[in-house]
Amino acid sequence: MNLTQLGYGKKAVITKVNGQILALKLFEMGILPGEEVELENVAPFGDPIAINLSESKVCLRMQDASCIEIKLID
Amino acid sequence: MEQKEITVALVGNPNCGKTSLFNALTGLNHKVSNFPGTTVEKKTGSFKLSPEKNAHIIDLPGTYSLYPKSADELVTYEILRNKAETNYPDLVVFIADASNLKRNLLLFTQVADLKVPIVLVLNMLDVAERRGIKYDLAKLEEKLQVPIISINARKKEGIDKLKEVLLDEKLRVTAKYFSLERVNQQMLLDLSKITDKRNKYAALQYAINASSLISEKAKRLTEVFKHYEFDIISFQEDEVLARYKIIDETVKYARLKNTSQLKASITAKVDKVLTHRYYGIGIFLVLLLLVFQAMFSWSEYPKDWLEVGLGAFTDYVEKTLPAGVLNDLIVHGVLAGLTGVMVFLPQIILLFLFIAILEDVGYMARVGFIMDRIMRPFGMNGKSIVPLIGGMACAVPSIMATRSIENKKERLITILVTPLMSCSARLPVYTLLIGMMLEDTAKWGPFNVHGLVLMLMYLIGFGAAILSAWVFKLFIKQKEKTYFILELPGYKVPVFSNLLITIYEKGSAFVFGAGKIIIAVSVILWVLASTGPHANMQMVENKYSAILQNDTLTEAAKKEITLQMNAQKLEASYAGEFGKLIEPAIRPLGFDWKIGIALLTSLAAREVFVGTMNTIYSVNDDGDNSFGHIKTKMMAEINPRTGKPSYNTATFLSLMIFYAFAMQCMSTIAIVKKETDHIKWPIIQFLYLTALAYGSSFLVFNLFS
Repeated sequence: MNLTQLGYGKKAVITKVNGQILALKLFEMGILPGEEVELENVAPFGDPIAINLSESKVCLRMQDASCIEIKLID
Repeated sequence: MEQKEITVALVGNPNCGKTSLFNALTGLNHKVSNFPGTTVEKKTGSFKLSPEKNAHIIDLPGTYSLYPKSADELVTYEILRNKAETNYPDLVVFIADASNLKRNLLLFTQVADLKVPIVLVLNMLDVAERRGIKYDLAKLEEKLQVPIISINARKKEGIDKLKEVLLDEKLRVTAKYFSLERVNQQMLLDLSKITDKRNKYAALQYAINASSLISEKAKRLTEVFKHYEFDIISFQEDEVLARYKIIDETVKYARLKNTSQLKASITAKVDKVLTHRYYGIGIFLVLLLLVFQAMFSWSEYPKDWLEVGLGAFTDYVEKTLPAGVLNDLIVHGVLAGLTGVMVFLPQIILLFLFIAILEDVGYMARVGFIMDRIMRPFGMNGKSIVPLIGGMACAVPSIMATRSIENKKERLITILVTPLMSCSARLPVYTLLIGMMLEDTAKWGPFNVHGLVLMLMYLIGFGAAILSAWVFKLFIKQKEKTYFILELPGYKVPVFSNLLITIYEKGSAFVFGAGKIIIAVSVILWVLASTGPHANMQMVENKYSAILQNDTLTEAAKKEITLQMNAQKLEASYAGEFGKLIEPAIRPLGFDWKIGIALLTSLAAREVFVGTMNTIYSVNDDGDNSFGHIKTKMMAEINPRTGKPSYNTATFLSLMIFYAFAMQCMSTIAIVKKETDHIKWPIIQFLYLTALAYGSSFLVFNLFS
């Protein structure tokens, strides 16, 4: 599954980040494999989304979020 | 011999407290200028390290990595990569947010690997502690092998300790974190030769960044990469992940066991409300309304004081200086022009203050988040909202602020439409015109009509900006993929002294920047308005001196005739001739030649309109210099062509619309040229805005008259 499918309050761990230059930018922002993510907020009109990482909060568009593969933590 | 001054560069991620540290180190002892020969805004300051030694400090824009993706990140990279640059630092002070250490250390290791002496400053340890994060600094130092100083930039704690370390040359060490052993060594040698850099990492990094440019060198670099089948992007990704691996180990080693339970952060709670899916935008609009309300009501008294004070000063100068040309020039030229504009200083300062507060608190990033979806169809993104809101204060810093927008097309569109936002220079113009058009006490329900009309002007500006952006989106080609990734920093209480410094910077920029233009324009205008083709001026003089010779005239009648003479003199002057020359072009908009003169002079800056009107109506003066008086004089003006008052509702509306759209600001034109790096864009912008202004004014004037 990818990050766009993550529900409110659910936690997941990033397994893979796709998309060349976008992936580099995401890595630099701290979004990388092994990091835990949690969906915190959705902007008006359902896009972009704000996610919590272990130490920071970042927002990104659904289109970019679809490049981030995740696995749910139970 | 020992150096007397060292150059220190301040480097770090965005939102790590860099500006607070800069302010704590330098106070007001700093200036904002440009790097020589470039477009880049440079904030530098100096402070004493010891009685004998000075530090020259450069504040570099916050960046996430040394592979720049936006124009502001490029600035930082450019300074750090070039040892031959005069601004190349002797020492880097790297400031890191301890509550987000892993990501902050990524850039730290990249900068350190350039082999520049570096000191690590940990900030926001208190924030980290509140989240249950604590580090053993000795262990961190041991692993990273650099001096570490903990500070609290907001409370100015640890600054002296930092200065001590900066002074100690033995502590200026370099460390190495990332190894290039897996990269083809022969290729690194080739790249070193082309880039002229001995440090292999610096050479490779420069080669990667430079290979995307269009130059002879870039072509050679690309050939080398091709020859060795080197995949740039996967290397960069590997590099970043490898660095994170080292950082992870370091951070785990130095982190103390959780001492306290994690508390739910206040930021999350506040964000639940402020960025709410359904009413987040409503809250934003209400906040904006409050800002404007406060801006007008709070500035009322200081504005009155300034009016009275400057009026008294003008009177004093007029009476003190010996009567004559110089007195006339200073009082009716310079002071008349200056007073008209300086009374708006309180409003402008308040607007800058509110925008600075919203930014410092961390709310602006949220506005980007909630507005991104709305901005997208118009070819912009959430980051465009910061320049657009800033445009209500001044387009010049706002256009510089577009540097954080990564996508070139979105950035260009934002630059092109930002001048349509109603900036503070339009305020004096609107206020004067609305004041003449409507009674002071006019009410519409519970609202003051003045405020409503003004609000409408702001909305018109915003609407025009959005629509023009949509049009530009159709015409400008898209080259790269667009994305929007923005950090939402934790909310902070703004630091009072930082706000004061911001206000001081903006306020003095307005007083000296606008002041210089206004003085120059006023002097030129006064000369042009009081001299003219000799024959014409003489004719008026002769005609009236004959009449005034008549002894049977009463004092009142004499005064009346003098006024008439002055008016005719103005018409006969060079300024008058010039105004009349362009009158046919602006008559369809309802403007006469006097407005024509003001339109021309306010090509330099919009607020000059008020100063010009003051100067024009002060040249044929009856002795009253007060600011409010210009209204009365303008209202009494009769258009000789129609026999009706020169100013009516249609004229006022037409003028306001003209000022809402027209590109009357030299500074904006200059900054657009710099930021877009091409003369083409300011020309296009000037033409479309002038056409928009002319067309709309024409429509409005004909609709209402």
